[in-house]
Amino acid sequence: MSIDEHPPDMMQKAYRAIDERFRIGALVEYMDGKKVPKHRHSAFYYLGGMTLFLFLMQVATGILLLMYYRPGADSAYESVRFIVSEVTFGWLIRSLHSWSANLMVMLAFLHMFTVFFTRAYRKPRELTWYTGIGILALSMTFGFSGYLLPWNELAFFATRVGTGMAGAVPVIGDYLLIIMRGGEEVTGATIGRFFGLHVAILPAAFTSLLALHLIFVQRQGMSEPLGWANKKPDEKRYIKFFPEFALRDALVWLVLLNVLVLLAVIFPDGIGVVHWPLGEKADPFGAPPAVIRPEWYFMFAFQALKMIPAHVLLIEGELFGMALFGIGGLIWVLVPYLDRKSPEGKQSIWIISFGVLVVLFMVVMTIIGYMVE
Amino acid sequence: MTKSGVSRRGFLTWLTRGGILAWLASVFYPVIRFIMPPESGEANVSQVKLPFTRADIEADAKKAKTFKFGRLLGIIVATETGELKAMAATCTHLDCTVQHRPDLGIIWCSCHNGRYDLDGKNISGPPPRPLEPFVVEEVGADIFVHKEMA
Repeated sequence: MSIDEHPPDMMQKAYRAIDERFRIGALVEYMDGKKVPKHRHSAFYYLGGMTLFLFLMQVATGILLLMYYRPGADSAYESVRFIVSEVTFGWLIRSLHSWSANLMVMLAFLHMFTVFFTRAYRKPRELTWYTGIGILALSMTFGFSGYLLPWNELAFFATRVGTGMAGAVPVIGDYLLIIMRGGEEVTGATIGRFFGLHVAILPAAFTSLLALHLIFVQRQGMSEPLGWANKKPDEKRYIKFFPEFALRDALVWLVLLNVLVLLAVIFPDGIGVVHWPLGEKADPFGAPPAVIRPEWYFMFAFQALKMIPAHVLLIEGELFGMALFGIGGLIWVLVPYLDRKSPEGKQSIWIISFGVLVVLFMVVMTIIGYMVE
Repeated sequence: MTKSGVSRRGFLTWLTRGGILAWLASVFYPVIRFIMPPESGEANVSQVKLPFTRADIEADAKKAKTFKFGRLLGIIVATETGELKAMAATCTHLDCTVQHRPDLGIIWCSCHNGRYDLDGKNISGPPPRPLEPFVVEEVGADIFVHKEMA
């Protein structure tokens, strides 16, 4: 379909004008040639895009919340109460922000696990994996810092425990704790820090890593299944990225938006274990509520720490727990380096076993965490 | 030149690298110092007079009250025998605030089910250390709390 067949219309004129100045022809040709492998796990390819869509929702609703939110021990709780009770549709924006945050973390986890088990991290996509891990870590930091901002009872104690964990790190723990809390205790100073982190530092860092992640994905295309290494070219099926895959992506986003809005409208305060009632204002002198739980994506770690005895092998239990998580996490992150078989199209029973072990550990700990009072 | 083993180029390279490092340090040092908050104006106190009476503690549903002890948080409880016992209220595990459980006769941290006896000694659950006990003195209706002398 050459653009010279008919008299040029407005679009073609505009395209030519831009191409004349910026030479985008090669880029357009490249995008036109992009294709996506078609197989029984093709659905996994939508998970990253869904996570991206929810991040965009977070940016949009977050900017709206910023119009009314005021950080500080005397104003944070009051401003959130004002948003949900006085501002028109304030409840909806806060509900969307919370639902979208939870779904985003959930989809990011699903995305990571599907990438892990399809071994899509293998050469040449190591850097995509590393940036993805960084994005997940930043997402969880987003969740942790945002949790404190309403300055309610739950937020206060969750932050005390979370920052207390940082304080247990050897040598630099005390400094970390003071830097995170802005003092020795969780106070209004902590809100200031978490607010700056949540609305300035994290968005900047997240956007940078996300840009790299997306550039890598665009440049290298979607990972093909492990078994395709031994297939003949005519046995492989593809669909074009533009417009077929992009349109399917758009449809998935639309469905996701509808699900998100439905959840936000029907359950403005969340439901079950995904729950964010504003509740009482934080009282630094009060005792914590009888049942105190972190957000669901920290539950497995919270529960594991709870089950470790006070002392293990002469070191403090919490330190032992963190060392264990540190080693497990490091193996997880370095899997593109450790898995030497998958780049050759071979299965590694060790890697799969490790992945299954990690998933089982997380699932079992989470279930126990919600079962015990 | 060759006697010292350091060429003019090598010397200049190290001087430049050192200069860049020193420059980076001079940029980041103020930033790092900036995010370390200044010392709190509140001094480490050795004794406080509680802003409530024994009757207030006994009237509490959990027979306990928390109070500010300098930069620390303290808890004072009325035991079954009518004794007043005070200790630091910050759990030694991960910094939650502990509470009195008169039904179990213990000090309890709800965050990770840590248990202490009424002297602050850690008896079960994850806490690695006891809560720091304070000395309680009643002078008339006033309650004074101070740290144990070493």
